[in-house]
Amino acid sequence: MPSALSEAESAAVPRFGAGMKLRFDQVRDAWVVLGPERLFLPDEHAVEVLKLVDGTRSVAAIAATLAEKFAAPAAAIEADIWPMLQDLSARGAVRL
Amino acid sequence: MSKIFPPPAPPVPPPHPPPMGLIAELTHRCPLQCPYCSNPLALDPVASELPSEVWLRVIDEAAAMGVLQIHFTGGEPLARRDLAGLVYRAAKGGIYTNIITSGVTLDDRAMAALKDAGIDHIQLSFQDIDPTENDRIGGYKGAFAKKRAAADRIRGAGLPLTLNFVIQRHNAGRVAEMLAFAELLQAERVEIAHVQYYGWGLKNRAALLPTRAQLEDSTNVVEAARERLRGKMVIDYVVPDYHAARPKSCMGGWAQRFINISPAGKALPCHAAESLPGFDFPNVRDVSLAQVWESEAFRRYRGTGWMPEPCRSCDRRELDWGGCRCQAFAILGDAGLTDPACELSPQHYLMAEAAAESAAPAPAFVYRRLGVLVS
Repeated sequence: MPSALSEAESAAVPRFGAGMKLRFDQVRDAWVVLGPERLFLPDEHAVEVLKLVDGTRSVAAIAATLAEKFAAPAAAIEADIWPMLQDLSARGAVRL
Repeated sequence: MSKIFPPPAPPVPPPHPPPMGLIAELTHRCPLQCPYCSNPLALDPVASELPSEVWLRVIDEAAAMGVLQIHFTGGEPLARRDLAGLVYRAAKGGIYTNIITSGVTLDDRAMAALKDAGIDHIQLSFQDIDPTENDRIGGYKGAFAKKRAAADRIRGAGLPLTLNFVIQRHNAGRVAEMLAFAELLQAERVEIAHVQYYGWGLKNRAALLPTRAQLEDSTNVVEAARERLRGKMVIDYVVPDYHAARPKSCMGGWAQRFINISPAGKALPCHAAESLPGFDFPNVRDVSLAQVWESEAFRRYRGTGWMPEPCRSCDRRELDWGGCRCQAFAILGDAGLTDPACELSPQHYLMAEAAAESAAPAPAFVYRRLGVLVS
């Protein structure tokens, strides 16, 4: 069971890294993240999160939206998406 | 019977997934003369360059095929007067646009035109962090100051900035200063890219190849900085494979992800492949990009079916794809062999012997110039 987030982590507001774009690719029928000389093919969970990254929603707000959409506890979703966001941050796709 | 019921046709392999990236080498013209230039020794003259209308058609075909990113490079892509128009067309087609430039001709007007055209990203190259050495390596006095100004213009336009430093034995000890400079400019991304030894780089190998100790020092500096700058600046690091035990996954595998178009229109799986004999590389003047992708030249070393031993039974065969075909040809004279950078190659000792040259005094550079005799 992943541990609960700290207050600061819940309040963090992810935004896309400079030059990063989330785009739907018709040819592959898939979402892609395009950036400076790199691209990511996010899995369906990451796509759900990235669609909500807009530079204003906090991690807690993203988790709350997903909790409603998927009828799951927000705390569990928060704990799931935090390591994903950290990984995307290390790759420069998002900033936390 | 057999006339009525012909034998079943051999199964048709499924089409290969579409290319991710298009590398558009717009021109071999360049104000710099770096002795490790990735262009071939035989440079395309300006008269052979593709006209705008062919590039525009290629860009439209790329968008339709599913190309996600286009990399405008050269030579110096800013030497093409139609660059902004090509960027505009690609951006309109939904392709992520990138320019790889030396920056020395990126003035206010060029920057504004590219910004208006919808450029997504610019990679700015430096030859060294020491201005005098930078200018000596590029063979262009005053280049460093112009590059510095170009970096400010890119930032001023609100674009993400990548700095690219090319590493070789003369500057391998200054990687920490290069990274500090990138931090100062608040670059999102920096490439610390050791020279790759093909074409001009191979010709100048004895003047450029670092020692193993130099390589290890630069690796340590990069790893420490990555840790310190996690989440702030992305550092991409490219090593020379002369000191390596396993080969690089060159281009993510032959014709797996990229199409490279030379200034004269030749379609290649990578920029160095033009040096390989026995190929009939298609030209985009004659065929579509979709035909290029399924051409014999692109299929020849795609995947694992072509592999000899020790690649064929290696559990890394779909990680490194047998390494680099151009290196196998350059060192062994046969593009169909295992990359000698791999320690499992029976000819790996040739790479180790060449690496030993790096301890000898460096000879003078042979600068990259149009019209230099190719020997």
